[in-house]
Amino acid sequence: MSTRRTFTIGLTLAASLLGTTAIAQDDPVRIALVVKSLGNGFFEAANRGAEEAAAELGNVEIIYTGPTSTTAEGQIEVINSLIAQGVDAIAISANDPDAVVPALQKAMQRGITVISWDSGVAPEGRQMHLSPSSNELIGQTIIKLAADQLPEGGQVAVLSATSTSTNQNIWIEEMNKVMGDYPNIEVVATVYGDDLADKSYRETQGLIQTYPDLDAIIAPTSVGIVAAAQAVADAGKIGQINVTGLGLPSEMAGAVESGASKSFAIWNPVDLGYATTMIAYHLAQGDATAEPGAAIPMGRIGTATLDDNNEAAMAVPFTYDASNIEEFKSVF
Amino acid sequence: MSLAEGTRPRHIPDRLSGRMGHALRSWELLLLLVGVAIFVANSLLSPYFLSPWNLSDATFNFTEKAMIAFAVAMLIIAGEIDLSVAAIIALASTLMGLALQHGAGTPVLVGVGLLTGLLCGLVNGTLVTRLGLPSIVATIGTMSLYRGISYIVLGDEAFNGYPASFALFGQGYAWWVISWELVIFAVLAVAFGVLLHRTNFGRQVYVIGNNDTAAAFSGVRVQRVKMILFLLTGLMSGVAAVCLTSRLGSTRPSIAQGWELEIVTMVVLGGVSILGGSGSILGVVLAALVMGMVTFGLGLLNVPGIVMSVFIGALLIGVIAIPRLIRLARTGRAA
Repeated sequence: MSTRRTFTIGLTLAASLLGTTAIAQDDPVRIALVVKSLGNGFFEAANRGAEEAAAELGNVEIIYTGPTSTTAEGQIEVINSLIAQGVDAIAISANDPDAVVPALQKAMQRGITVISWDSGVAPEGRQMHLSPSSNELIGQTIIKLAADQLPEGGQVAVLSATSTSTNQNIWIEEMNKVMGDYPNIEVVATVYGDDLADKSYRETQGLIQTYPDLDAIIAPTSVGIVAAAQAVADAGKIGQINVTGLGLPSEMAGAVESGASKSFAIWNPVDLGYATTMIAYHLAQGDATAEPGAAIPMGRIGTATLDDNNEAAMAVPFTYDASNIEEFKSVF
Repeated sequence: MSLAEGTRPRHIPDRLSGRMGHALRSWELLLLLVGVAIFVANSLLSPYFLSPWNLSDATFNFTEKAMIAFAVAMLIIAGEIDLSVAAIIALASTLMGLALQHGAGTPVLVGVGLLTGLLCGLVNGTLVTRLGLPSIVATIGTMSLYRGISYIVLGDEAFNGYPASFALFGQGYAWWVISWELVIFAVLAVAFGVLLHRTNFGRQVYVIGNNDTAAAFSGVRVQRVKMILFLLTGLMSGVAAVCLTSRLGSTRPSIAQGWELEIVTMVVLGGVSILGGSGSILGVVLAALVMGMVTFGLGLLNVPGIVMSVFIGALLIGVIAIPRLIRLARTGRAA
C-alpha cells in the first residue's frame, strides 16, 4: 500500500514538474553534445568550446554526454534518453555513421535538431555535418606553415604516410595546386614512411643525406611528423631543417620545445565545440535552415557554408607553436 | 517460514539448501523492492521519466540482452557458461548482411540469423559435451572466432540498406507503446519460465547443476541436456541478432561489443548462482527491468556512463552481499 502511495506522490510530483517546465517561457535552449566516449581529452576540449559558445549566447544549457566505451549501442541509449528529455538539439560525433541513424531519425521526427560534427552520420540521419576542416584548407595550410618560415624561399620535402593513403594524397594534391603562390619554394621529393615510426625515421635520414640544402620537411601525418622531428634532432640539424605538417600537440610538445618544429597544425577541438554549438543553436531557434548553399553563422569563427550534401568545413587547421603548445599538450 | 520445509521430501528445491525456500522469495522480493525504489526515485528525480513513450524507449536498453540472459541463466544453472553470445550476434548479423547483398528478403534474413545462432550453439555444445572442454575456455575461444570471422568479412565496412519490412522487429510497435521487441521479450520470459520451472527438462537442469555425476547415475542424459542448452543459447543469440540488426538498420563487426559481460551481470543480479544449481527466470526478468531502469534513469539525469557502470557494479555487489550479511547477523545473534 505504501509503495502505491509513494508511487502516486511520484506521479503528481512528476506531473507538476512537467507542468512547470511546459509553462515556463524562458526555458534555456538545451543542446546535447554527444561524444564518442567520455574521458577523452579531445572531446573535453570540445565541451569547453561549447560552454564558451553557451556563455556567449546566453540562456543555453549544454548537456555534455556520451557512452563509456566507443560503441554505437551505447550512443543509441544516450540518444534515447535525450529524446525523452526533449532536448532542443543533438550534436553528435558518431561511433558508427549508420547504426545511429534510426535513433536520430526518431529524434528528428520529434522535432529535435540533429547535426553531426567531427565524425559524421549518414545524410539521412542528420540535418547537416560540420567537419573541422576541408582537404583544400589542409593542403593550403601545410605549405603555408613551411613557407612562412622561409621568406627567402628554399627546398622542402614531403614525408607522407603510404603511397595509397587517400587522405594524404588528396592533401598533397591540394598543396600542389597552390604552389604557384610560392615561386621560391621547391618541393624536391616526396617519400613514404607508411605511418610507421621507424620507417618514417629512416626515410627522413635519407632526405637529410640526399638533400644537404633541405630547409623544411612537411609531414601531413601525425606518426610521420614526430619521427621526422626526432630524425632531424638526432642528425643535429635543428635550426637548419624545420619539420612541420599535421600532428598532435601532446606528441609534438617536445619537438616544439627543442626547436625541431617551429609550428604545426591540426584542428582545434575548442573551436570545433564552439562552432558546433553555434550552428545547433541557430538551427534549433529556426533562424537558419540546413539546406545546400545555406550560410550558417558560427560566432567568432565565421560562417559555415553547406555543400550539396549539407556538409560544411569549419576553418583552416589551427596552428600550434611555442606560444600555445603548453596549453594544448595536455588536451589531446 | 519453516512450514514448507520437509513437507515435500522428494522435491528438489530451486535453491541450494533447504532453508533457501525463504531466500528464494526474499531474493526476488529484494529485487522487486530495489526495482520499485528505483522507479520511484526516477519519477521524483526526472520529470521526463513517467511518460509512456519514454518508458517504452527505455525497454530497448534491456530487451535484447534479456532474451539471451534467459538461456544463459539456464546454462549457468546447469553449471556451464557461454561467453560467445555477443560474438554470435556479430556473426549472425554479418551473415544476414551477406544474405542481404545477395538479395534476400525479410523471411530469409530472419532464417539466416536464427540458423547462424543455432549453428554457433552447436559448435559450442560440441566442444563442451563431445570434446569435454571447460565451457568457459571453449566459449572464450569461439568468442574470438565468431567475431573474428565478422571482422574478416566486413573489415571497416558496414552492411546497410535492410528492407523496410525488416525494421519491424527492432523498430515496430505491436500496439500503442508496446514494441514488438517487448512482446518477444515477454513471450520468451514466459516460455523460459515454463521450461525451467514446470517441465522435466527444467528439473534435470537443476539436478545437473547441483551434481552432474549423481544426475548421470539417476538416468539424466547430462550431455544431451547441456547440448540442448547450448543450442538454445545460440538460438536466442540469433533472435537477439535479428532484433538488434533491425533496430540499428546496419551491421558492423563491432556490433554488441561487450554484451556478454552485461548479460552475465544480468543473470547473476537475477539471483542465479554462478556455481550452478539455483536461480529463477523471474529473478532474471526483474534484474533486466532493474538494469534497464537504472541505465535509463541515470541517462535522463545525464549521469556519465562511467558513473553508471560504478552504480551497476555497486548494485550487483549490494544485492548479493545484503542477504549474506543478514544471514551472518542472524547466525551471529543465534550463537
